[in-house]
Amino acid sequence: MTTINSPRPRTDRPRAGRVLTHVLVVALALAIAVPVAWVLLASLKRKSEFFGSPWTLPKSLHFQNYVDAFVTAHMGQYFLTSVFVTALGLVFVLAVSVPAAYVIARYEFRGRRLVELALLAGLFVNVNYIVVPIFLMLVDWDRSLIDVFPGGFFIDNPAVLSLVYAATSIPFTIYLLTAYFRSIPVEYEEAAALDGASRFRIMTTVMLPMARPAVTTVILFNFLAYWNDFIIALTLLPGEGKTLQVGLLNLFTAQKAAADYGRLYAGMVIVIVPVLLLYAVIQRRLIEGMASGGVKG
Amino acid sequence: MLVCLLPASVLFAVFMIVPTVNVFRMSLYTWSGFSPDMRFVGLDNFRHLLDDQQFVRAFQNTIALLVVVTVVTMGMGLFLAAIMTRQRLRGRNLYRFVLYIPNVLSVVVIAAIFSAMYDQENGLLNGTLRLLSLDGLQQVWLGDQKVVLYSVAIAMVWQSLGYYMVLYMSSMAGIPEELYEASALDGASPARQFFALTLPLIWENLRTTLTFFIMSAVNLSFVLVRAMTGGGPDGSSEVLLSYMYKQAYTNSSYGYGMAIGVVIFAFSFLVSLLVSRATRREPLQF
Repeated sequence: MTTINSPRPRTDRPRAGRVLTHVLVVALALAIAVPVAWVLLASLKRKSEFFGSPWTLPKSLHFQNYVDAFVTAHMGQYFLTSVFVTALGLVFVLAVSVPAAYVIARYEFRGRRLVELALLAGLFVNVNYIVVPIFLMLVDWDRSLIDVFPGGFFIDNPAVLSLVYAATSIPFTIYLLTAYFRSIPVEYEEAAALDGASRFRIMTTVMLPMARPAVTTVILFNFLAYWNDFIIALTLLPGEGKTLQVGLLNLFTAQKAAADYGRLYAGMVIVIVPVLLLYAVIQRRLIEGMASGGVKG
Repeated sequence: MLVCLLPASVLFAVFMIVPTVNVFRMSLYTWSGFSPDMRFVGLDNFRHLLDDQQFVRAFQNTIALLVVVTVVTMGMGLFLAAIMTRQRLRGRNLYRFVLYIPNVLSVVVIAAIFSAMYDQENGLLNGTLRLLSLDGLQQVWLGDQKVVLYSVAIAMVWQSLGYYMVLYMSSMAGIPEELYEASALDGASPARQFFALTLPLIWENLRTTLTFFIMSAVNLSFVLVRAMTGGGPDGSSEVLLSYMYKQAYTNSSYGYGMAIGVVIFAFSFLVSLLVSRATRREPLQF
């Protein structure tokens, strides 16, 4: 040490503070991790093992719970419904939003301000408010089509559910894609146009590949929204065919009444594991997407 | 090219604009949904709301949840974000990963996890208290009128803490390190740096998240209540949207239900506006 005025070395007080804050972070992380881990573990317990202390480990791995959940409680079938509805919803939303976002980002036309304003307002319309009118509207449509489809067409139709998912995420999707398209320099399109590419070709072969990060972000956020949705699916699929979330709620009510938890915990794991795996793979992208404006409460 | 706009516009209009307009229109009618008997009653539905004790209670519960969850989540989220950005914690990425997990889980899963934790006999919470010989602290977490709202609030904080932490972290990461170095040379403690530097510099971000808090408190509490308590015991955890849903479907009073929807809509809009006015400041630049 040659200088006298060098900053004081850290004293003990801040170090104690650092330890304390570290302990707090660990405690909070545990408060998140323990319940999730507990569910994973409990899904392997036998019926008799659910009574007494909740901290006991399962004596052996009881996979029968999973068989019961998949087959008897129909979670396997609901899983397929969820996959179908989510995938189709993503196809719908991309098919209508990409062209619309491109036009809004690149073309001047009459009423563009109005369209943008409507979409912006749409960001604030939460589906929880409008699910009742949507349901009543679909019931009404079914009633007017009763001669053609006596069994009803719009209610209890997974494809219609996908369409509603796609419609409700249009504002968010177009908002994000438009912003991204605008950030791509116009020169690329001009060059392609000089080479004789049509406008449609420019959109599909020049702009879309360049917008891949934004498209991925949109897919991720919409996937989570569709896969995790519960209220719209509960309302629009009142019959036998259910999505995973609604199926889990039913399982939850039934097993609680019967004090039979094994199948319920196995059902929860079936719902949790796919999203956790996906999250582990894409977490960096998800969090970046969130920070860059893809926020959605 | 305008034809590209058509499919999106049609979907948006049919499934978002029309239903939104219908919420407002239907709130002026009495209608049991499936019968053709639909009668215009003007503002009668709104007048009834004032005398409806259950509605008043649901309103109070919503406001209580809004305040408690916002204060706790924002405080803890800011604290965590500050620690994670200012102190080079070992295993930082792992903590961030774990804390964000609840945000990718569905509300039904969260409701199921918390019901399992709150279970009176075999739940994790009471079981742990027994293990620690703290039997006196055991509660009927979802069955006690005085406790149930807090139990729901805890689940809400659990769900959203990581989300807000990540949001705050990303705006804190943009603050130049020199500012902290300069203030450290002036002898500012970490706590003082937090209040004098970090908070003012991320103020705009904080204001934005207040709007998220208002919207998510209204929506998340509804789905959790719907799955966890059904509003019970005896309406003590009923919130506005769950009451609206009950009126619409269980009670078949669609007009009345939609009037509740209009009130929630107006309420969240007005609170957002008020909060945004009250927190306005000169924006600070780095």
